[in-house]
Amino acid sequence: MDLLTLNINETLELLESKKISAYELNKFYLDRIQKFDIQLDSFLALNENALNEAKLIDEKRMKGENLPKYAGIPIALKDNIITKDLYTTCSSKILENFNPPYDSTVSNLLKENGFIILGKVNMDEFAMGSSTETSYYKKTKNPWDLERVPGGSSGGAAVCVAAGLAPISLGSDTGGSIRQPAALCGVCGFKPTYGLVSRYGLVAFASSLDQIGPFSRDIEDSAHLLNVVGKYDCKDSTSIKIEEKDYTKDINNDIRGKKIGIPKEYFEGGIDSDVLKCVSDAIDFYKSQGAEIVEVSMPHTEYAIAVYYIIATAEASSNLARYDGVRYTFRSEADNLIDMYELTRSKGFGKEVKRRIMLGTYVLSAGYYDAYYLKAQKVRSLIKKDFISAFEKVDVLLAPTVPNTAFKFGEKINDPVSMYLSDIFTISLNLFGGCGVSIPCGFDGKGLPIGFQLLGNYFEEEKVINFAKIYQNNTDWHKRLPENFKK
Amino acid sequence: MPEKLSRDEVLKIAKLARLRLEEEEIDGLRTDLNNILNYIDKLSELDTSDIEPTSHALDLVNVFREDMAKRGLSEDEVFRNAPESEFSHFKVPRVIE
Repeated sequence: MDLLTLNINETLELLESKKISAYELNKFYLDRIQKFDIQLDSFLALNENALNEAKLIDEKRMKGENLPKYAGIPIALKDNIITKDLYTTCSSKILENFNPPYDSTVSNLLKENGFIILGKVNMDEFAMGSSTETSYYKKTKNPWDLERVPGGSSGGAAVCVAAGLAPISLGSDTGGSIRQPAALCGVCGFKPTYGLVSRYGLVAFASSLDQIGPFSRDIEDSAHLLNVVGKYDCKDSTSIKIEEKDYTKDINNDIRGKKIGIPKEYFEGGIDSDVLKCVSDAIDFYKSQGAEIVEVSMPHTEYAIAVYYIIATAEASSNLARYDGVRYTFRSEADNLIDMYELTRSKGFGKEVKRRIMLGTYVLSAGYYDAYYLKAQKVRSLIKKDFISAFEKVDVLLAPTVPNTAFKFGEKINDPVSMYLSDIFTISLNLFGGCGVSIPCGFDGKGLPIGFQLLGNYFEEEKVINFAKIYQNNTDWHKRLPENFKK
Repeated sequence: MPEKLSRDEVLKIAKLARLRLEEEEIDGLRTDLNNILNYIDKLSELDTSDIEPTSHALDLVNVFREDMAKRGLSEDEVFRNAPESEFSHFKVPRVIE
């Protein structure tokens, strides 16, 4: 029995029929973490209570007690998701040893549903980056080539699933931080519609864009996770009340006659030929399934990165004002309050975080607000309109997730504009607020994974999942494991 | 490329952001910010005079909840991560002489 190839449904069957215990299942993943994470550096903290929690579930199951649906299923969480009594650092020195006294809404929901949190995984500091190189603690490696980045900012959450150190994980996506590392690591990464998943207890970066979402191999596992975390929450004023759905239902529906939009601006220039080939093959696959392929135009795509870096940094500069050395763990000693603020922030934040706080402070400062922030919000309206018009014509949009495969460490880290451009295909969706998934669809000549993304309108998760599922039913890219992490 | 930010302006923004920059950080940061601002300038190609700004992806109006008392965190929990606390307060350097 190879646990690595099983999806949640199959694993639950084994647990329920007592062919495997929750203890054995969690021990299997903890052992793999022990064995492989020395090479990958994806975990920042382990839940030392995980095996006890598993034992408790086994005892209850033996007694025939009622258990929550997902009792015993292990999961890893990105380190910006607050977990009670488990260190949450956001990969920043400024939150070193921060031990939260409460749980985020998603952690609560996972616990209520029986999931066992294996530990917290590495990320770009405060979710700012596209390579997980800005973490204060360590650089997570891409399991397909240890000299290359896993993508970011949810690099650890993508890697632990790609290398089989956890069956599923949760990350967060502000400008592509779930989809981009999913594509670079060969797993499935889902960004839900803004407002579907509560942000209560997600350490804020850019509040109008951040959204928590799942990583998995099988899209169906992501659908299970959406069922659990996609709940209205009165603790988050941006949480949206919609009718609760079962995202695992109707995922094998026929897509004949359904329309897939190909945004032509996403295919213009600068795309690696292997990426283009694999994404074209995916389009051909959908054609062969009877879907109608429609070319659409989204003329404001080229402005998305500029808009994003104004809005995201403006919101970040305000959100990160709370780290002043008063309440959370790290403080630089000083004789007066202003010195304490300045020294704490200067020593506690890394280079990229400071760069973004500076940019955000500048675009919001008196005299520049209209020229930058207001202008960006207006262009955001134009980008939103592009999506709304496209979804009047088609069911979903299909595009490459990233123009290239994983790059080498250090290649882009000193050139912020070139690093920012690696999110060129993912950022627009966050500005619009809809949902999207990146699905593995092949490898380049160097054996590095390639992904394509399916983008959907507000709260049309089930449509996106249906399209993704049909693809995965007929391909096995998502089942491939990197050579050195198979056994 | 035109330089949008002078050294003095970089120092002024740092002051507003409560960051104290090391001497060796200033020039690099100034170059990076100028490059990013030059890139961002492409937005000026667009005429947005008739466009309403989007402050939020979804149109949300005010959100209210019942005004009910609920148990919050205990004092111990609130202060357990504080760098310094005393008598149920966060302790900071002297503010009033």
